[in-house]
Amino acid sequence: MKLIVNGEFFETSNAGTITDLLNELSIDPGQVAVEVNLSIIRKSDHSTFRLHEGDKVEIVNFVGGG
Amino acid sequence: MQGSKGVRNMDDNLIIRGIEFESRLWVGTGKYKDFNETKMAIEASGADVVTVAVRRVNIIDRKSENLLDYIDPGKYKILPNTAGCYTVEDALRYARLAREAGISDLIKLEVIGDEKTLFPDTWGLLQATEILAKEGFIVLPYTNDDPIMAKRLADAGAAAIMPLGAPIGSGLGIRNPYNLKIILETVKLPIVVDAGVGTASDAAIAMELGCDAVLINTAIAGAKDPIAMAEAMKHAVIAGRLAYKAGRIPKKLYATASSPIEGML
Repeated sequence: MKLIVNGEFFETSNAGTITDLLNELSIDPGQVAVEVNLSIIRKSDHSTFRLHEGDKVEIVNFVGGG
Repeated sequence: MQGSKGVRNMDDNLIIRGIEFESRLWVGTGKYKDFNETKMAIEASGADVVTVAVRRVNIIDRKSENLLDYIDPGKYKILPNTAGCYTVEDALRYARLAREAGISDLIKLEVIGDEKTLFPDTWGLLQATEILAKEGFIVLPYTNDDPIMAKRLADAGAAAIMPLGAPIGSGLGIRNPYNLKIILETVKLPIVVDAGVGTASDAAIAMELGCDAVLINTAIAGAKDPIAMAEAMKHAVIAGRLAYKAGRIPKKLYATASSPIEGML
């Protein structure tokens, strides 16, 4: 399945849900927020929210800032 | 207490919407050489509030370290910002993502109006403040040193007002102390000076005016020795706060002798 993750084309092998995608990317779900097609998907829904071909996924975290 | 605005407890800790802040110096985490320097400077500053930005995770290089590996959210209050947002829509999006990524409703709201000055777009800021406050955010808007806008932001539901001392990263200090004094008198919310501080005396001036806290990033991170400057800022904020509470003498044009005339030969 082809997704756009953080602005980059990303071909996932087995990511059916957001939890699968975060696992595939080795991202700790605790410190990130995930948006799919401009809608925030709550952490509690990561394991059940199903991704679809062409979905635009944004995964953000905190970085240094003022 | 002089100038009390009903937001301070007996220990003189700042309280915003029930959240107690042990330090009146707040620090940013941008522009440091590395995370270790960030951590050491924050420790030297004594701050318990640190600001952070919201950005994409690097999905290409997954080995890159995370800021929160160095700054324990259990020890520090994490204050996310909406830096880099030039529209209301973007600011709302970043604020909502920040709340989802973090653990609190605190947001340092920025709606920037211009790349060169980084001055706030107060028209957009006001709209975003109202929307986020209704969504339950504890909104701390970064705004101009404009008393009228500060009042409007307070009316729109801001939890504190963060007027600039001077443009972000400029180090020009407190350019308009008189406006800050008017804001302090007219807005019954905590006032946190955000941006413009260049060195310790600037932070002290902000606190001597009666501001409730000061947020500093560039002046510490950009100093030749950031850890030493962090410590300097800590002392400046404490000194400024004590001087404010102590109540300074009035300024006069002419001298008044400190030693008595009586008993002179």
